[in-house]
Amino acid sequence: MRIVTLAAAGLLAFQALAVDTGQAFTDPAQQARYEHLIRELRCLVCQNQSIADSNASLASDLRREVREMMLAGRSDAEIRAFMTERYGDFVLYKPPVAPRTWLLWLAPALLLLGGIGVAGMVVLRRARAAKSDPAALDEEPGPS
Amino acid sequence: MKLPLRFLLPAVAFAALVGFFIVGLQKDPGEIRSPLIGKPAPAFSLESLGDPAWRVGSADFAGRPWLLNVWATWCGGCREEHQTLLAIARENRLPMMGLNWRDDRNLALRWLEQLGNPYVAVAYDPEGRTAIDWGVYGAPETFLIGADGRVLQKQIGPITPEIWQRDFVPHLQAAGGEG
Repeated sequence: MRIVTLAAAGLLAFQALAVDTGQAFTDPAQQARYEHLIRELRCLVCQNQSIADSNASLASDLRREVREMMLAGRSDAEIRAFMTERYGDFVLYKPPVAPRTWLLWLAPALLLLGGIGVAGMVVLRRARAAKSDPAALDEEPGPS
Repeated sequence: MKLPLRFLLPAVAFAALVGFFIVGLQKDPGEIRSPLIGKPAPAFSLESLGDPAWRVGSADFAGRPWLLNVWATWCGGCREEHQTLLAIARENRLPMMGLNWRDDRNLALRWLEQLGNPYVAVAYDPEGRTAIDWGVYGAPETFLIGADGRVLQKQIGPITPEIWQRDFVPHLQAAGGEG
């Protein structure tokens, strides 16, 4: 039992470590802005974590850069530009809307429209078939 | 026999998907193309690894092609590529600068003593600031900077003689180096 408790405590402690919880700013508004920014930036070593979540040394270096740029009065856009100039768009979790990412951004809408189109066609065809020959519907292969 | 559209369409969509996967899965997601290529190399001036009173920087080799190799003693890939770096240095085609990244000075000096030193100069970057300017995210990384001060090529991960011949040497020949 003790071992289980210990293991659970260990797991919890590990989770606590994995996130940067240190207060970087005393001003809550600044702190919120900081936390928002570091959540938007990808840690490039551990690609599925933001630099807020990662313990990698590069992530902590990048957090330091963000903090210092905020202290220097740089805007969010300037900080994001600083990161993309060095690491490319990949560093942003949210890719920018640009001609080369239009397909990426529009794909969900296109797929939805395509789906609606296919569904509409099926419904229309069935309705027509049902009107001309109601018995035809029963011939459809199905779980009979 | 003509296949009805409703069989053909999913088959075509599936084939397209498989095509995407075949291409996509062969790419290494760890390799992120540097936005730096073609741009002026970020300027820096840092303490020399061997002598803190000495400054080394990007201006040292201005006007000629040079290499910047990012390394650290904690980096396994750096040990792996070290022999290749020594071989490149022996070719004596262009100077190689080391950027010692987030490392301990004494360990780094001992490393060069034991394994050999391919670098003309080594800049010491314990805080990783210059590394960030260069978009470094994992050692080893090797940059080729042209005579005009622009970044021509970047290798992420250990460099091998094959990679050197394939990705770096052509740039040198194109630039009118002795090739």
